[in-house]
Amino acid sequence: MTHWFAIVMGASLFTLMIPVIYRIWVGPTGFDRILGVNVIGTKTAVLLVIIGTVFDRVEMFVDFAIAYALLNFVAAIVISRYLNRTISLKEMEAREQKTSGN
Amino acid sequence: MIEESQIPWVLASSSTTAVEATSTGFFPLQWLGVLLGLAGLIFFLGAAVGMVRFPDFYTRMHAAGKGDTLSTMLMLSGFALVTMEDFSVGSWLILVKIMAVVLFIYLTTPTSSHALMRAAFEDDEMPLTEADLEKSKKRKRRKKK
Repeated sequence: MTHWFAIVMGASLFTLMIPVIYRIWVGPTGFDRILGVNVIGTKTAVLLVIIGTVFDRVEMFVDFAIAYALLNFVAAIVISRYLNRTISLKEMEAREQKTSGN
Repeated sequence: MIEESQIPWVLASSSTTAVEATSTGFFPLQWLGVLLGLAGLIFFLGAAVGMVRFPDFYTRMHAAGKGDTLSTMLMLSGFALVTMEDFSVGSWLILVKIMAVVLFIYLTTPTSSHALMRAAFEDDEMPLTEADLEKSKKRKRRKKK
């Protein structure tokens, strides 16, 4: 009974990931794609616990889920910090000219 | 399935229900877990629909940040309750570990979405204004004509 609940839950979770994959695929900005990757990574931690319930080895898969959640968080922070600093020199100069002109 | 002699420590009141649960179905704590899991699925449905339908990066981030955090927490705590088949030391350890994941996600997912939003704002990603909405309405009218 627990197994069936886990299988149905995992299948529906996987089905609900498809719209998010669509957003990663067509996302107009890069930030949309990172957001989608972040959401899917968080849900993969849940999916790992579900897989552990199906295989009766939850005690092992929970550790994987912890590691995956940690990696996902670090990846999101690193990518957002990276994008934060990448303004090209021309744009910087243009901004400075705008502010000094006003 | 688990025999009663194999269980190292069983609460006296729940020993009969635990043995019944292995043969027939869920016992009440597991039903609570099933309900929590389904509620999490509903919240994730909201997050997924919001991520597809909303017009703007910031609105999509609103849907994804809220729905993702709450649905992950609900689903993980639901599965923590579903896997509590007997009240042995091992299943308590699993519950505590899953609750540690829940606490971690409760702290980190809002943090990462905040960092991503700030990066987008400093990268001059502009939110959708009323003028943009009127422009898109005019485009639709032209298409109809």
